[in-house]
Amino acid sequence: MIALKKNIAVSESGFVFNPTTGDSFSLNPVGTEILRLMKDGKGERDIKNTIRAWYDIDEETLEKDYYDFLKMLGQFKLLDA
Amino acid sequence: MKKQLTIAVTGLNNIDSPGPGIPVIRALRDSEEFEVRVIGLSYETLEPGIYMHEMVDHVYQIPFPKSGTEVIYGRMAYINSLENIDFLFPNFDAELYNFIKLADRMEKELGIKTCLPTMNQFESRHKVNLEEFGEKYGLTVPKSKMIFSPAEIPSLAADFTYPMVVKGQFYDAHIAYNKAQVEAHFNKIAAKWGLPIVIQQFVYGTEVNIVALGDGNGNTVGMVPMRKQYITDKGKAWAGVSIDDQGLLDEAEKLIKESKWKGGMELEYIKTSEDKYYLLEINPRFPAWVYLAVGCGQNLPEAAVKIGLGKKVKQYTEYEVGKMFIRYSWDMIVDMKEFEEISTTGELGPRKKKAS
Repeated sequence: MIALKKNIAVSESGFVFNPTTGDSFSLNPVGTEILRLMKDGKGERDIKNTIRAWYDIDEETLEKDYYDFLKMLGQFKLLDA
Repeated sequence: MKKQLTIAVTGLNNIDSPGPGIPVIRALRDSEEFEVRVIGLSYETLEPGIYMHEMVDHVYQIPFPKSGTEVIYGRMAYINSLENIDFLFPNFDAELYNFIKLADRMEKELGIKTCLPTMNQFESRHKVNLEEFGEKYGLTVPKSKMIFSPAEIPSLAADFTYPMVVKGQFYDAHIAYNKAQVEAHFNKIAAKWGLPIVIQQFVYGTEVNIVALGDGNGNTVGMVPMRKQYITDKGKAWAGVSIDDQGLLDEAEKLIKESKWKGGMELEYIKTSEDKYYLLEINPRFPAWVYLAVGCGQNLPEAAVKIGLGKKVKQYTEYEVGKMFIRYSWDMIVDMKEFEEISTTGELGPRKKKAS
């Protein structure tokens, strides 16, 4: 399961701080929710179901955007290797 | 009741490329163990710290390092006759040679204590010797070479690839992407800081720094790593954040353990995308951002004074991660009389004492 690094701090406002690198990021509400779910240990299916329940989005678009987002998290070294 | 100490501090140039004096003084004034009377030691009459009376109680100008140890000793003896200094806190690389050389004599004859690296430690970590230092203590250091003349520049291509870093022996570093830029930086730095010039292989990655204090027996008293968030055109951190980088902490601890470093230091590293650490520089004193360590829970300048005074020092094992420092500039309004006083008498302070 793809997981967020344990020490990554995510605030309610969507501010993300990586204490290892000192990098910080701002997320929009969807990104914030995805990271919150990941921090709660939810898997891919749960996360996608939650997003689909909240937003009017077709499966194909969600799939693409979700993986783009994960790729970005990886590039910023926010995911466990 | 807190113990009263008189501490002399240099590095009052709180400018856009600031000296560590004022941050060190702030740390000492935050001490929970002692009350300080701060004696500022300045080189130039426009060092802002001279006029910061809430920080510095009395200021004396001292001779430039090139004046030699005897002249500096004479001035320190005079200042000590007025102030009875307990501890001296030098903050410039360029002045350390003299103060390290004088440390034993100042302690024996004047009663002034210090917490400084040995001359051997000071010399071996010098930019021109850093590669050897790295080999000796098992640290990864970028390839580097000293050059003394522009005539040596064409031959650098055999050992280095572009970009490369052109550095002065004490200060200044520029990245050069071609031979013409190496020549330009060589001439500019040599004119300002003299020879040799150090050529260092450029390493791609993120710059991370660490402030640390060694007790001289191989123990790390404390350390706080920092990532620069905003860098000035002079390459100085204008803002930074404390980070939790275990690899970096391990590197610093190893260096202090192996070299038995005594005193404050700043280590500058590049961390590559493969999480490899390249040691770029060892600054043999606290950096201007040392107050961040205090903000994170480690008063390293206070601990350095305690080491110098031979007191027991508790090892700091924790610090707060995610604390930031952000510098700002502030225009002080200063009376011409103060400028006149420091310019003509070489002293400034509201609490003058008569020579005994």
